[in-house]
Amino acid sequence: MKRIVFLFSCLALAQPAFAAWAQDARDPGGVQAAHIHLLWLVMLAVTTIVSAAVLIAFLIPLWRAPRGNEETPPDPEAPLREERGASRSVIVAAVISVIGLFGLLVASVATDRALAHLPLDNGISLEMTGHQWWWEVRYTDANASKEFSTANELHIPVGRPVTITLKADDVIHSFWVPNLHGKKDMIPGRDSIIQLRADRPGTYRGQCAEFCGYQHAYMALVVTAEPAADFDKWKQAQVASAAAPTDALRTQGQQVFLTSTCMMCHAIQGTTANARKAPDLTHVASRPTLASGALPNTPDNLKNWIADPQKIKPGVNMPATALAEEDLRALVAYLSGLK
Amino acid sequence: MKQFVVAALALAVILSACEREARRFESSSPTSKSVTVTMSGLQPGQSNPSRGYDPHYQENAFAISQGKRLFSWFNCVGCHAHGGGAIGPALMDSEWVYGSEPANIYATILEGRPNGMPSFRGRITDEQLWQLVAYVRSMSGLVPSDAAPGRTDTMQTGTPEGRRDNENPRMSSTPPSSQR
Repeated sequence: MKRIVFLFSCLALAQPAFAAWAQDARDPGGVQAAHIHLLWLVMLAVTTIVSAAVLIAFLIPLWRAPRGNEETPPDPEAPLREERGASRSVIVAAVISVIGLFGLLVASVATDRALAHLPLDNGISLEMTGHQWWWEVRYTDANASKEFSTANELHIPVGRPVTITLKADDVIHSFWVPNLHGKKDMIPGRDSIIQLRADRPGTYRGQCAEFCGYQHAYMALVVTAEPAADFDKWKQAQVASAAAPTDALRTQGQQVFLTSTCMMCHAIQGTTANARKAPDLTHVASRPTLASGALPNTPDNLKNWIADPQKIKPGVNMPATALAEEDLRALVAYLSGLK
Repeated sequence: MKQFVVAALALAVILSACEREARRFESSSPTSKSVTVTMSGLQPGQSNPSRGYDPHYQENAFAISQGKRLFSWFNCVGCHAHGGGAIGPALMDSEWVYGSEPANIYATILEGRPNGMPSFRGRITDEQLWQLVAYVRSMSGLVPSDAAPGRTDTMQTGTPEGRRDNENPRMSSTPPSSQR
């Protein structure tokens, strides 16, 4: 008993750490996650009651059973005697089970309906593509000059519905931000749609929820739900091309980027680098993480990542680039300045 | 005894497939650099064996399929299509202007060729280059068929690389411009 109490107090103490991780379906940040959370609570309550009832029903006969001692004569007839009230018990249990299951069915259908009836007025829409192992996010716009791409981060305005078209480039991935909605698979060659709304500002963690290869675990996403004004400001900054470097070191860094292996896969708007097979780096320094949540975005981490991605995320498609120390420093200075 | 032999044979068959998709995670792959290869099939004396390449890539299913991925990422398909050729020469036939040995193809990608083939020197790593070489060779059936790709991520229109016959390419003296 003491041990159990100890275990539970450990769990209680660990709670703040979980909260900081910010991936928790029990802490809904939007109306749909709240519906899902409610359904989860209903399921938990019903199944807890049922388990307890089954356990009690199992324990009562054990407790009521006649006890014998060494003098009691053996009773070989006992299993053959008819149980009193057996059919009544079975019927009662069956009726209660059917009612319980039907109740859960109703709750589940009601939740599904609620999830599907998100009002979509005044919404925004964007496109996400799952790659091994990163998320491409494309904010679409009727005006093509206002479109832009980012990676591994999603900014959404609080209180406005967001329609996300999900695609996959290579294998099946699954989009899952537990604080906002349930999972939705991203299937190559097939578009699917998820609609969600964040009602509380905050930073939520998303995660690929369909095993997609070596680095599936390091395919994370940071979702920032912010007030509309902040969102518009962020969008404005993202639409802009990368500012041209002004000092010598960063100019050298840009040259390194444009004349080495980087520009075969990456794009930086405002330069000639325009490849689409790896994250768009136009505003890479403004993102919270590197390598899809594998590292916090700091210049040191960026340097280690460029020097040898295979050490940090073995199997990733980005190859190690053998650069001279000063070129690497210049490149990191250039990229760290792309706010 | 007989059972033992059967089990040993079965084990041998199963284990022989172990290395098929083996991956290397070692990191430092230097940026591609030049190798010395001959451009012509004609040379005085005995022919040189090709040098400077790692057979790992030519027989490894992962390396070849990664090469296939890079073939479209780096826009090789833009000129060579999916092997049938367009502005660039076909890669699935038996007429090879600059040679079909791994070292020849390596040099072709690295240095470029006259009339349009760009040089990828310094733009791709050595490992990526060998993966591309392996895939290019798989197009005309020059790699073991169990290692060549059997399917495509996008719509498959031709015979999968794994089921192509060896074209036994020979050096062609016809200039690429008259091969279209």
